[in-house]
Amino acid sequence: MNLGSIYRAQLKTTMAVQLQYRVSAIIWLIGLVIPPLVYLVVWRTVAEAGGGSVGSYDTAEFATYYIIVMVVNHLAFIWHMWEYDYRIREGVLSGLLLRPLHPIHADIAENLSYKALTTLVVIPAAILMSVLFKADWNVSLTNALFFIPAMIMAFFVQFFLGWALAMAAFWTTRINAINRMYFLGKLFLSGQMAPLALLPPALQTAASISPYRWMISFPVELLLGNLMLREIWIGLAVQVLWIGIGLLAVKFVWRAGIRRYSAFGA
Amino acid sequence: MSYLRIIWIYFRLGILSELEYRANFFVQLLESLLGLAVALGGLAVVFNHTDTLGGWLPEHLLVLVGIHIHVGGIINMVISPSMQRFMEDVRKGTLDFTIIKPADSQLLVSVQRVEIWKLVDVVLGLVVMVVGMVRLRAAIGWGETAVFLLAMFCGAAIVYSFYLILSTFSFWFVKVENILVIFQSMYQAGRWPVGIYPDWLRFTLTFLVPIAFAVTVPAEGLTGQLTPQTLWLAVGIAAMMLISSRTFWKIGIKYYSGASA
Repeated sequence: MNLGSIYRAQLKTTMAVQLQYRVSAIIWLIGLVIPPLVYLVVWRTVAEAGGGSVGSYDTAEFATYYIIVMVVNHLAFIWHMWEYDYRIREGVLSGLLLRPLHPIHADIAENLSYKALTTLVVIPAAILMSVLFKADWNVSLTNALFFIPAMIMAFFVQFFLGWALAMAAFWTTRINAINRMYFLGKLFLSGQMAPLALLPPALQTAASISPYRWMISFPVELLLGNLMLREIWIGLAVQVLWIGIGLLAVKFVWRAGIRRYSAFGA
Repeated sequence: MSYLRIIWIYFRLGILSELEYRANFFVQLLESLLGLAVALGGLAVVFNHTDTLGGWLPEHLLVLVGIHIHVGGIINMVISPSMQRFMEDVRKGTLDFTIIKPADSQLLVSVQRVEIWKLVDVVLGLVVMVVGMVRLRAAIGWGETAVFLLAMFCGAAIVYSFYLILSTFSFWFVKVENILVIFQSMYQAGRWPVGIYPDWLRFTLTFLVPIAFAVTVPAEGLTGQLTPQTLWLAVGIAAMMLISSRTFWKIGIKYYSGASA
């Protein structure tokens, strides 16, 4: 059996599972929409008080910004750091290990099919927000084309780093604190809270050095047309770099973790 | 056995079990400080570009952030972990063990898990609140204090009832845990005064997911912006929510058929 058909099989099962939990899909959608909505409203209030704009963003651009943030974050987010603790504690991992394939493949396939399904809900939400907040859509074709690889790589930057982080569960059973720290950093430095351009210069630098900017902000800035061609190429290169680091992290942490797992399962 | 004694027993259990994991205290402290840093950082970034936000001064928002952390701490210390445990129990059928105990099941379920290190947030929130008040240089009389305490109590009652109602749904629906995700993400919205939100969202945050009553209203009480009408509305809704959540719980528990049945 080749990798392709394994992925197809996984897609099919995940779809079937997801279709069983339609209510939780809607609940989850609310969780996805609220944070960008809140920051959008805050910044819109600030912009209105300050004569219509903050920095280079006016109210309509804030709307566009946060809608794209929402979609990008949806396409790129992963949840395994919340799940591995359970997999290890309850021994679910043992079953996954029996399969003649690295468990990360099942997770990627699951993630992709979940996204394929939920995007059908996210798009209408984005359109609705776009109408409610009078977003300003002015995207060039070049940027739209560059957005595709940037988006795909943003997903893998988050996936590999997030998955490596999930492996912390091999060493501690209480990984919530670690996860929270990870997400707090992400909130600030990935552009979820405010466009990075509105942060103090020191934080902008920190965001660029950290992987966070390349998980969300970069594809968003790109699509909004805030980046020069040179910056786009550099950004894509940095994403490749972080994917490489993420892959190495996954490899080493997994190997070390799995050794530990068999030690305490026995 | 009195209710207070039951609550105390569970608190003691929470303390005892967490004392086994003392390192978690420092993890929690770190996490709380990071959370505070993000909240204050958010304020700093916003007020870097403006002087007031929807009529609120930075100091007012500091008080609001303090209350937000404080109330969030209470929720994450008792309400949320207990309800999560409860929903898990329903799914697995282990709720049977709670029901057979000779005490009120709603009470047992509501306090069954105490994550004691979240006290860090409870205390930290108070500190931030006081710092905000001091920076406002506002004189707080007994009147404001009483109004604030009443508003806090109503907010807590409303949030608790809201959690209980949501959790009770798990008697009928599986995988309701995700519903807590709604609250958690909606709760973030409470870090800002609800007055800035568009009407439909303000309505949602006031009546559907009652975060306005838990955070904004007490903050208004403390900073002297609260109208008597809003306060009485809070009292009325608190009473109504307590009664309806209790009623709904009783219906739910009757419907529950156990693991072996």
